[in-house]
Amino acid sequence: MGTKRPFRIWRGDETGGDLQDYTVEVNEGEVVLDVIHRLQATDAPDLACRWNCKAGKCGSCSMEINGKPRLSCMTRMSTFEETETVTVTPLRTFPVIRDLVTDVSFNYEKARETPAFAPPADLAPGEYRMQQVDVERSQEFRKCIECFLCQNVCHVIRDHEENKPAFSGPRFFIRASELDMHPLDAKPDRKEYAQAEMGLGFCNITKCCTEVCPEHIKITDNGIIPMKERVVDRRYDPLVWLGSKIFRRGQVPQTSVTSGHSSGAATASAAHGGVHSHAGGSHDTAAERQAQQGVNWHREVPHPTAPAVDANGKLPLTELTFDKPAAPSPFGDDVTFPLPPEHLNFAHPQQDEPKH
Amino acid sequence: MTETRIERHHYDVVVIGAGGAGLRAAIEARLAGKKTAIISKSLFGKAHTVMAEGGAAAAMGNVNPRDNWQVHFRDTMRGGKFLNNFRMAELHAKEAPQRIWELETYGALFDRTKDGKISQRNFGGHEYPRLAHVGDRTGLELIRTLQQKIVSLQQEDKREHGDYEARLKVFAETTITELLLDGDRVAGAFGYYRESGEFILFEAPAVVLATGGVGRSYKVTSNSWEYTGDGHALALRAGATLINMEFLQFHPTGMVWPPSVKGILVTESVRGDGGVLKNSEGKRFMFDYVPDVFRKQYADNEAEADRWYKDPDNNRRPPELLPRDEVARAINSEVKAGRGTPAGGVYLDIASRLPAEEIRRRLPSMYHQFKELADVDITKEPMEVGPTCHYVMGGVEVDPDSGAAYGTVRGLFAAGEVSGGMHGSNRLGGNSLSDLLVFGKRAGGHAASYADQLTARPKVSVAAVEAAVETALAPLQRDTGESPYTLQQDLQAVMGDLVGIIRREGELVDALARLAELRERVAKVSAAGGRRYNPGWHLALDLRNMLVVSECTAKAALERQESRGGHTREDHPAMDAKWRRVNLVCSLDGETVRLTQKPLPKMRPELIQLFDRAELAKYLTDEELAEFDALTEEAGN
Repeated sequence: MGTKRPFRIWRGDETGGDLQDYTVEVNEGEVVLDVIHRLQATDAPDLACRWNCKAGKCGSCSMEINGKPRLSCMTRMSTFEETETVTVTPLRTFPVIRDLVTDVSFNYEKARETPAFAPPADLAPGEYRMQQVDVERSQEFRKCIECFLCQNVCHVIRDHEENKPAFSGPRFFIRASELDMHPLDAKPDRKEYAQAEMGLGFCNITKCCTEVCPEHIKITDNGIIPMKERVVDRRYDPLVWLGSKIFRRGQVPQTSVTSGHSSGAATASAAHGGVHSHAGGSHDTAAERQAQQGVNWHREVPHPTAPAVDANGKLPLTELTFDKPAAPSPFGDDVTFPLPPEHLNFAHPQQDEPKH
Repeated sequence: MTETRIERHHYDVVVIGAGGAGLRAAIEARLAGKKTAIISKSLFGKAHTVMAEGGAAAAMGNVNPRDNWQVHFRDTMRGGKFLNNFRMAELHAKEAPQRIWELETYGALFDRTKDGKISQRNFGGHEYPRLAHVGDRTGLELIRTLQQKIVSLQQEDKREHGDYEARLKVFAETTITELLLDGDRVAGAFGYYRESGEFILFEAPAVVLATGGVGRSYKVTSNSWEYTGDGHALALRAGATLINMEFLQFHPTGMVWPPSVKGILVTESVRGDGGVLKNSEGKRFMFDYVPDVFRKQYADNEAEADRWYKDPDNNRRPPELLPRDEVARAINSEVKAGRGTPAGGVYLDIASRLPAEEIRRRLPSMYHQFKELADVDITKEPMEVGPTCHYVMGGVEVDPDSGAAYGTVRGLFAAGEVSGGMHGSNRLGGNSLSDLLVFGKRAGGHAASYADQLTARPKVSVAAVEAAVETALAPLQRDTGESPYTLQQDLQAVMGDLVGIIRREGELVDALARLAELRERVAKVSAAGGRRYNPGWHLALDLRNMLVVSECTAKAALERQESRGGHTREDHPAMDAKWRRVNLVCSLDGETVRLTQKPLPKMRPELIQLFDRAELAKYLTDEELAEFDALTEEAGN
């Protein structure tokens, strides 16, 4: 019941190879990987390709289909025209082993260089307490199925072999980001490490990685940009400076939300080293209620962020020497308005009166 | 034969398999100070464990504080219809919480309860909410966490020895084809790199098998290509024994069409929400298959069945909601009577039953999964479903405490799906992930101490290596045999049609005859191409494993004349207390599979007293019940 469709598949090894034409039966409802399996069972029994789960969960069957990096188990034949030739090639960024199989060991080497989770010294197994809202940020990155499509598409290494030693790639930036946002990770310098050792500065946020991610992880917006923003030696990275000229503040996602107040001593406060932020909302209803009850001088209010001063303790005078689009705020630059109520020690005199 | 290059390695412990059980075993062996190798058939971190969605069962009591190991133990034994190895079920229930908490120290991030603990969800067969989970990707979290722990151990070794791989190395895309023995002791393992086709020899006194299941021998399966029963077959050939091989878990409604989603499970809630099963004539056939014992609870006409969804108190349930095995049996009968779909299933129709909007609201993940993977719109067209092979309860017969394989071999350990006994005749959802951790750790630890207490290292014989090389190269050197793909399809057809979810004596006898024929053909298989990343050659080598394991399943299924858990005999539809006391043990005698009966170990008094007499009466013989009564009386005095 199927139709015969034209396929061009790259066959060869590290010594070279070329695209070979096949005409293969395609049935309704099939994906590219089904067609490759049919080819193996008929015309090309030794056609090499990786696959495992065939359900978009393991990230093994990455290849380039009509030039686009895709999972072949997730690429439906119905997305092509009946007469269209489907061209399948191996991932370009990694050395070919044979046919559609490439040597992805680069990724495993970079994984090994990324410092592992550092468990908190004072908590025994079973004593970990974290709030759902705090783990969710890291969980987004832990959805990664390591298909390495983001690594493959990243132009820093795609055609620049020379950048590979110094650049870990998007997969490992979100790994660093994930650990940075882990509420109980005891290693404090993830961002700095990413900048100094993983080559975060090479990334110029073209977002190709986000575009190809089959898990729809917002690699750039939620992982890379927040790290770039917060990395200590931000001045070494001209792109952050440029980015701050292009984006108005506030459009760039904020990740410095601290909900450490709400979840007790064992949570985020350790990871954030006690530095408080004014950005974002509170998830603590008790604090909100308390704030509504008026002034309480014994209540502990978080300290504001210190202003961004230079080596002489002065605020920078001009935009050109500063990384913000306007003059710096004397209250620190992480403040967004309105402030969350638990950061205030003030109650409106008429707050209890009925509204009209 | 011309000179063949073989790469040699020395390790203390070799772990075959890099899924949950294998990685946990390797971590334990490395923590015990042993030089450890992990053999992974695919890339590191791609193992079939990633497919597990539900969660990992552990009685932590975070959601319901009344939960404890005794309740979990009871649930597990019940689920396995009392055929489980009680000691394994006991250890599993006791140790699962510690294994889950340990994962948090490796960096795992489970979903949380309001008070910040690990959240736990309800699942079929578990009395309390018990499954630690991360959305529907718990398996991925587990594998990634263990993978990252291994990296962190390698980083420690790098600091100490200057080399990441000083004490723990992952051999990715490497397949083991043979275990090598010195007398009755394990001496090493022989295999090949998939990428280059080069041979590799591990000399090691202790081997842990963690190779997973056997689902690839079936036409419709949710398992990945790796599940070819390698560990089962390696163990048999090394002199170990397999138990419970007749018990395979099938899900009645897996997709059979389109091919892009073949084998993927369609959750039972599709039927709970109004989905009905129809044959190719458009008939809603389940009304013809309500067994007498269920007549009181299940409707016999469409009008009443349809009223049940709105008013369950005054109407009997629709027959689509009969237990899994009844539904599967009905589907099987319709297909065999020639009223199946072209792809060999039946139609599961929810599209004509509920408005599209309602389907999307109630079954969002089902809708999106099939839309994205197959462009099937379940709100517009019926699905084609049939029984799909999901999990094998049977496996290597092991010592419950150490995971050491029984039989004549020493130095061989097994953990995870490849080992047998823990789940009895049927596995509860969520118990497999915790099984991997509990018994992975145990097997790794005991393999390490076994290696420790050896005074002399067993030696690999040159002749055995030469024989292994010859066997491995044979398919490439023949060009007269059949294609491995054809043979696999034929094997899958035999197993799927004759040793599937519903079994009959005649069909099983037929299956054994056909498997014997296949054995002749597989012995002559030929693979085209060279040694470098040649999937045809790889499959040709996997086939003999699939074949011997299939023979074990068929033989044991023929022998066990009762229906229990994952084994349904149409000619013996009831559970039989006498058969509960028996394990069927497979071993290899030369090339032939030998089957023997072995009594099940007897549960300790304090464990059996966790159950009600009324419940035990369903499973135990009169003799056993009398013993139980005597125990109760003794306790009362």
